[in-house]
Amino acid sequence: MCKDSNTVEIRWHGRGGQGAKTACLLLADVCFSSGKQVQGFPEYGPERMGAPITAYNRISDGQNRVHSNIYNPDYVVVVDETLLHSVDVTAGLSEEGAIIINSSKEPAELRKHLGGYKGRVCTVDAEKISIATLGKNFPNTPMLAAAVKVSKVVENDKFLQDMESSFRHKFASKPNVIQGNMEALKMSMEEVKVG
Amino acid sequence: MAIKDRMSGNEAVAYAMKQINPDVMGAFPITPSTEIPQYFSKYIADGEVETEFVAVESEHSAMSTCIGASAAGARAITATSSAGLALMWELLYVAASSRLPVTMAVVNRALTGPININNDHSDSMGCRDSGWIQIYAENNQEVYDNYIQAMPIAEHCRLPIMICQDGFITSHAVENIELMEDEKVKDFVGEYAPENYLLKKENPLAVGPYGISPYYMEVKKAQAEAMKAAKARVLEVAAEYEKVSGRKYGLFEEYRMDDAEAAVVVIGSSAGTGKDAVDALREEGKKVGLIKLRVFRPFPMEELAVALSKVKAVAVMDKSEGFSASGGPVFAETRSALYDADERPMMVNYVYGLGGRDVTVDTFGEIYSELFKMIETGKTGEVYRHIGVRDLEEQKS
Amino acid sequence: MIEAKNINEQSAWQELTPGAEIYEPGTSKLVNTGEWRVLTPVFDEAKCKHCMLCVPFCPDISIPVVNGKRLETDFFHCKGCGICAKVCPFDAITMEKEEK
Repeated sequence: MCKDSNTVEIRWHGRGGQGAKTACLLLADVCFSSGKQVQGFPEYGPERMGAPITAYNRISDGQNRVHSNIYNPDYVVVVDETLLHSVDVTAGLSEEGAIIINSSKEPAELRKHLGGYKGRVCTVDAEKISIATLGKNFPNTPMLAAAVKVSKVVENDKFLQDMESSFRHKFASKPNVIQGNMEALKMSMEEVKVG
Repeated sequence: MAIKDRMSGNEAVAYAMKQINPDVMGAFPITPSTEIPQYFSKYIADGEVETEFVAVESEHSAMSTCIGASAAGARAITATSSAGLALMWELLYVAASSRLPVTMAVVNRALTGPININNDHSDSMGCRDSGWIQIYAENNQEVYDNYIQAMPIAEHCRLPIMICQDGFITSHAVENIELMEDEKVKDFVGEYAPENYLLKKENPLAVGPYGISPYYMEVKKAQAEAMKAAKARVLEVAAEYEKVSGRKYGLFEEYRMDDAEAAVVVIGSSAGTGKDAVDALREEGKKVGLIKLRVFRPFPMEELAVALSKVKAVAVMDKSEGFSASGGPVFAETRSALYDADERPMMVNYVYGLGGRDVTVDTFGEIYSELFKMIETGKTGEVYRHIGVRDLEEQKS
Repeated sequence: MIEAKNINEQSAWQELTPGAEIYEPGTSKLVNTGEWRVLTPVFDEAKCKHCMLCVPFCPDISIPVVNGKRLETDFFHCKGCGICAKVCPFDAITMEKEEK
């Protein structure tokens, strides 16, 4: 059975502790702010730092009633490149959609590891961006921006506005990190390579 | 105007608690309900509620705290899951038989073993006979709405109440939600003013006396009658709630049941998944419907019999293994509800979703297709079935 | 409100209180536990020095004290356990068969 054509489904792959779940919930937040019906949920197990984890988003104009995991996503976001060798990240992924991978490599090079996936392959060097803008490796912020840019679930400008107000709220006690985070988002949206 | 927001099921419950501002919370953390006392503790620390939080050393003590507080005349709340609920077992009966309207948020999780933190209904189904009202939610909106209705139901009936939601599936999923304004919630829930309570100085009271055989059965009969009467109260509160929220609730929800030939009876978050399957099959012209049980205790026996009697085949879904060797608890009671009906549908049981096993729209598609096979052949076949389980026999065929 | 004195072993379920609550204090005073007695404490006032040792030992609070003097046992509640006789240092209490 196929899903409602209005619904965009996104699957996140990361490792415990990298913030994939946080990015997934943030995406739900920004889509909510632009008037969408949202779901953001991780697949839970015992907390294990470094173990592969999965998180999901359903973004829709109507109510999201389905409460299962997502098996045929429109987009896949891979927060940790090393997962390409251990997890079937393109499983069920729509060829109309795209996979967005945190990597310094070119899309064409990564496509070789994606089991013949024919849709778009996008890469963004989230680690480099994060270190350049935040001084630390927090890949989830740039990955979130790349996911928004590629999936178009939210308009870019609206996304940046919402994120800025959300950062102002979240980092009220340390406003000095707001600018870095905003730069990370913008840089990622500019640098994401689509192949 | 309703407040449009997005939050997880756990946050929705904690938020409702905050809006109600109860007197006492006794709680002990356990996955996946931990966030509820965690969020609520923050509300306390920030001075947003005046609730006395009693940090206890176990769930046995959490429920004991609620019993003591409730007997003293306070509005008492707690939250738990799985093994935590199991550790409360003895006290569940004490709260219910003492007729204390404690409100408990249950975030359903499997009971060991093998040890597992994910969702099924084995915890609350296990204590279905402890004398607590049980109301289940499909999503975050419903668990919020159910929680706000809990106290007006429980306090009127003088029965404790569990407001259940599916662990992780709704408790940790962020979804859109419509919240009511604080004042509206406070008006709806009202002040708790028990007629008699331990701390009423004009009229000291004894709670929980020894009940020798000449009295015990009369006390139990009175408790049973209170549970029977709770059905009307649930509906009364739901009608009032609809006036203030615009959202309609009943004992169960009938989804596209009008001319349905094949129907599924299900509790909790999978109902939404099932509704999508119903819509897809309806588009193919198949007459399918779904009943989502909201209130499991008291069990809406007569109403279910009416809703199901015209259907040709029914699949009752159990998210707990009853180990009766003949089907789960929801099935046993639903089938029993139809016993007195003049026309009875064929009925099978599907045990599903144990320990977090995922349930998809396709799972429901498979079930409806089995129901139509039954209708075509006139044969029910094996009644007690498990779905979503690896099986060598099935792999061969 | 249903009072404890109106509840007995013939009461129907509708005549009980919710949760078997008891709405007034000291309802045990209503119960004639003296009826259970087989042996009865006989109190010899001449031997009693009013040392009051028997008073706290009585498990049923059946020994009344007025103005520093112990009075005759409260036979409506005394179950005849004999503890008072055991603890009396002056043999002022003896347990005897009672004609009922």
